[in-house]
Amino acid sequence: MRILAAMSGGVDSAVAAARAVDAGHDVVGVHLALSRAGGTLRTGSRGCCTIEDAMDARRAADRLGIPFYVWDFSERFRDDVIDDFIAEYRAGRTPNPCMRCNEKIKFAALLERALELGFDAVCTGHYAILVDGPDGRELHRASDEAKDQSYVLGVLTAPQLAHTYFPLGSTPSKALVRAEAAERGLTVAQKPDSHDICFIPDGDTRGWLAEKVGTAHGDIIDRDGAVVGSHDGAHGYTVGQRRGLQLGVPASDGKPRFVLEVRPVSNTVVVGPKEALATAEISGSRHSWAGRAPQDAEFFCHVQIRAHAEPVPASAVVRESTVTVRPETPFDGVAPGQTAVLYDGTRVIGQFTVDRTVSAVPIAG
Amino acid sequence: MSIYLDHAASTPLRESAREAWLAAATLTGNASSVHGAGQAARRLLEHSRERIAAVLDCDPIEVVLTSGGTESINLALKGLWWGKAGDREAVLLPDGEHHASIDTVDWLRARGARVRAVALDPVGRIPLDGFRTALTAPAPAALATALVANNEVGTVQDAAQLAAAAAAADVPLHLDAVAAMGHLPVSFSAWRGGAAPGVGLVALSVSGHKVGAPVGTGAVVVSRHARIAALLHGGGQQRGLRSGTQDIAGAAALAVALEDAEAERVGEQKRLVALGDRLWSGIRAAIPAAELLGDARDRLAGNVHVHLPGAVGETMLFLLDQEGISVSTGSACQAGVAEPSHVVLALGRDQDVARSVLRLTLGRTTVPSDVDALLAALPRAYARATSAARPRRLGADGVQPS
Repeated sequence: MRILAAMSGGVDSAVAAARAVDAGHDVVGVHLALSRAGGTLRTGSRGCCTIEDAMDARRAADRLGIPFYVWDFSERFRDDVIDDFIAEYRAGRTPNPCMRCNEKIKFAALLERALELGFDAVCTGHYAILVDGPDGRELHRASDEAKDQSYVLGVLTAPQLAHTYFPLGSTPSKALVRAEAAERGLTVAQKPDSHDICFIPDGDTRGWLAEKVGTAHGDIIDRDGAVVGSHDGAHGYTVGQRRGLQLGVPASDGKPRFVLEVRPVSNTVVVGPKEALATAEISGSRHSWAGRAPQDAEFFCHVQIRAHAEPVPASAVVRESTVTVRPETPFDGVAPGQTAVLYDGTRVIGQFTVDRTVSAVPIAG
Repeated sequence: MSIYLDHAASTPLRESAREAWLAAATLTGNASSVHGAGQAARRLLEHSRERIAAVLDCDPIEVVLTSGGTESINLALKGLWWGKAGDREAVLLPDGEHHASIDTVDWLRARGARVRAVALDPVGRIPLDGFRTALTAPAPAALATALVANNEVGTVQDAAQLAAAAAAADVPLHLDAVAAMGHLPVSFSAWRGGAAPGVGLVALSVSGHKVGAPVGTGAVVVSRHARIAALLHGGGQQRGLRSGTQDIAGAAALAVALEDAEAERVGEQKRLVALGDRLWSGIRAAIPAAELLGDARDRLAGNVHVHLPGAVGETMLFLLDQEGISVSTGSACQAGVAEPSHVVLALGRDQDVARSVLRLTLGRTTVPSDVDALLAALPRAYARATSAARPRRLGADGVQPS
């Protein structure tokens, strides 16, 4: 196959490209420039668009003996990922920009260009397994549970999966990938993993948002509507957050309080006890299926609501375009904007963006 | 198959320059040393400097050897700014200059300089009236700079007139002749004319690897009367303007390359104009929507800068590279991203045009079959690139109809 290997400058994508070469494919490396005025050197937590990352990717491609190009996707990235991220926070939701990037950039804009240019597939260093099943291609969890990235790939659809290649999915552990990189003479073998949002290089999401969205003084209230504190912008808060609330009025039971709800229109943050985070039902209409759509309107599955959350057994109902999920045991705080990924065992069924949540604990009196 | 059509980025090393370079590299001795070995090195260095001065038509003492165009331009612009007398605060910078000038002036702006722009006309010429006005209004500029010929779209300026205007306005002028060298007659003393000391043309930059000398060689001609400060301090070599042990091998190679380029210039001009015409008419025949940017007549020989509507430059570059053909979009940043060309924007064109251009530059080693190879590959690449630029199909909104 003709493979376009997306190379971020990290160890995973470098080893993935190397394995694609070993498998006999005709491989071309490409680094996505996602920020035009990117930082120049790594400092602390890193992004994926520094000059150093581009250089690391280039040197890895050199080592593999494959052609290498840098393609500018900065405008698409700004429109589809960064602006979307800001708009979602403005609307009081908690988005996952990495999923948006997979959905709109890596496996859409990049994959489309690759196909038009005569490639058969895009190869990345994601940890997930593709299986060619009787009903078409399936997306499964990686062998290394700690590194499994099937959650952030949950947005991929059948046509995208058909042109995707994940050489690392069956590797038992990341340590082996690093060892392999070292053995192959790749200079990125010991490069630290990236964890943070790449376009917020210092990791200060709240400060970054304050700069983009602005600050606006508002109330923090409890579930009864009593004002218990104040804030400088509701967008700085996420459902389930405990730290940094700086409440003036102590809780009557003396227990810590958590953010239960963010109301962007009234610029209000609602707090309450941990128990009140328990969520009995979530639903949303922005959904997709990772392969064939479920055949039944109601089915059993496991649902994961964050990249590193435990999957929870649940029943799912698809009615018209809305997916509703009721977990067997309540979720521990879900924010609108989060993505719920549905699994059948290790297989990803699909995903939806949470629009509505129903608390498991009704407000007393 | 390997077809190189990016001579404006770097042109192959001349055999004559390579020989001179390697021969001089075996010499032992620092040109600043007093002993015989140093004197031998110094002899070759100064002999080379004289030959360079002869080609550029200036005095040998005025030739400051540098590491290339960027250093030459930095020395000229920063040096003239720091060396300026009085309270003049404006730097005249036409639109569409090379980044070596733009970014240097930008750096000076952050340190107190005011930047005065001059808009280009639609084919990339600096309007003389606009240039004259900007030299003096509202107050005389501290210095001015301009390209002799644009490195991207190839438009040639009237350097003599620009220099005369600067002389008349009592403003020191730097000319960037990096792209022009080897293609146009370059004469420091003719352009300088009878200008008063320290004003008019006072500095002129050239680069070695654009004329077949090694990368890492270059020169800036600095008039003996220019008020200019140094960037590099140390041993005080080269009139104190550029301290550092002098690169004798580089100087020898640059001298030979400049001489040979100048000797071949008129013949090469004819040959490259013919090849360029053949290339452009072939492109127009294959892609009727293609448009030649820059001045159709007064342009660098061998420069064919085309707008290919609907085809992203970086995609074209990739597709042609896959066929073994090296071309350029004209500009690149350090991370290797092909950014929308600021020169095309300076012609008054929009971002879409600035993103869909290709710069094809022919040179000494280009033969007719290179042009034919490009013409054979281009229509296919264009068809592919335009379809690759069509709106998205996958993951349109994350919803897969069930």
